[in-house]
Amino acid sequence: MIEAPPSPKASTKPHPVAGNSSPMIKVRSLAKKIGQQEILCGVDLEVRSGETLAIIGRSGGGKSVLLKHLVGLMEPDTGEIWIQGQNIIGMNERQLRAIRQKVGILFQGGALFDSMTVEDNIAFPLREAGERDPKVLQSKVSEMLEVMEMEGEEDKMPESLSGGMKKRVGLARAIIRRPSCVLYDEPTAGLDPVVADSINRLIRRLQQRFGMTSVVVTHDMKSAFDVADWIAYLHEGRVYFHGTATELQQSTDPLIQDFLLGRSDGRDD
Amino acid sequence: MVRFFNALGTPLLSFFQYLGEVVMLAADTFRSIFTHKLRWKLFLNQVVEVGLLSQLVVIITGAFTGAVFSAQTFFQFNKLGMGSAVGAVVSVSLCRELAPVLTALMVAGRVGAAMSAEIGTMKVTEQIDALRALAVYPVDYLVVPRALAMMVSMPLLVAECIAVGIAAGYLVAIFMLDINGTYYMANMVRWTRSRDIIMGLSKAFCFGILIVFISCQKGLTTREGAVGVGRATTEAVVNASLAVLICNFFLTMMFNIIYPAGYQ
Repeated sequence: MIEAPPSPKASTKPHPVAGNSSPMIKVRSLAKKIGQQEILCGVDLEVRSGETLAIIGRSGGGKSVLLKHLVGLMEPDTGEIWIQGQNIIGMNERQLRAIRQKVGILFQGGALFDSMTVEDNIAFPLREAGERDPKVLQSKVSEMLEVMEMEGEEDKMPESLSGGMKKRVGLARAIIRRPSCVLYDEPTAGLDPVVADSINRLIRRLQQRFGMTSVVVTHDMKSAFDVADWIAYLHEGRVYFHGTATELQQSTDPLIQDFLLGRSDGRDD
Repeated sequence: MVRFFNALGTPLLSFFQYLGEVVMLAADTFRSIFTHKLRWKLFLNQVVEVGLLSQLVVIITGAFTGAVFSAQTFFQFNKLGMGSAVGAVVSVSLCRELAPVLTALMVAGRVGAAMSAEIGTMKVTEQIDALRALAVYPVDYLVVPRALAMMVSMPLLVAECIAVGIAAGYLVAIFMLDINGTYYMANMVRWTRSRDIIMGLSKAFCFGILIVFISCQKGLTTREGAVGVGRATTEAVVNASLAVLICNFFLTMMFNIIYPAGYQ
């Protein structure tokens, strides 16, 4: 465990993860300012192949911004992001396409194409990759719907789906081309505990079945403990804590304890 | 004085930045047209949206413009005993100015607004980010089919507007204003040249390009949710309409150099 001192100016040193596999994602000194606000101020992270990292932290702490940087949807002010040994900073949209085929992302609201059916949404990445055979498309979509436990829903439009179903369809769309890594932006936000648990089980199942590397951004602690091999706590634009779920629970750091127990320090009142 | 220039400078810089963004989008789109495969289904969908579904608006615009222009010209020309010249005036005016400009304004209102609103909604609901995350470049997927559909449809819509306008002008002249039909047609054919039609269709092509890039740029840069979509849509229609009217003047002057007025 690497635990920073209980100070807002925590160490910005990289947080290597134990294990022998090579890093799938490596982030170095990532900084991003939006308007006058510093969202990220020197984030260092590594995620090794086949492992799951949960990024936790308070709302507005830059978790989703960090996630969008990992797939090139946002450009940092400074820093480096390496995906499977390739630095993606400075790549244009067309160069990023190869990276984005390796990294899928589940958006917070699903971000389904609202003019397409569930089936068309899920088949979209395959069609764009040049797959035209209706039988192949249908069988792959059916397989994904089975994994997502959504058989028989292929003809529905996104507007008629519940929040949990939208996330499942978004996830099916993100993984249908078998990316090496999946990024989840608040996969359980806004869902009831039962549906949230089913999403967590789904994330675990995908890891076991396809061996995908996962980065889960969440402030749902149950979700983080359920799915993560490693947990990083993002605070004031920096990685404040990096370790296992057990190490996080055993931490005596007041900031982490406040977050785990959901205690307000009164400053926001 | 410094405050005055500061106040002037910011909007001026924003304006040039906006122009730059539209031009960059156009350059990116043309590069994509020539270097990437076209999504035919999306292109044909857009041809239906831009061309086919604009028929009614364009026919009504052309018909009533031709009819009223025929009547107004007759009221003035008849005093000089030149009633039979109405056909030539209506035809040349429709070809050179009225049909391209009015069709472009109608298309900016109908299609430009729809493009801006659709792309803007996709932007604020993260659908554009989803496209990018799925390794699909939004310009290839969203802008290229719309731009090509507009380039194909606008000249056809203007040609239709000219034809309907001339027909409506003829019917008003013959059946309501009692102009001799033979003279009307003879004068119209004599004074309407192929260059008038070329000018109108060329303007249509240019206006189509203006409308599509202004509308798509507004959509792609939409922010701030539903309010932002509404603002982007309004700005797209206003900017496209103004651009059409301003560019029309410069295109007219340019075509007058290529085809000088007064020469047969």
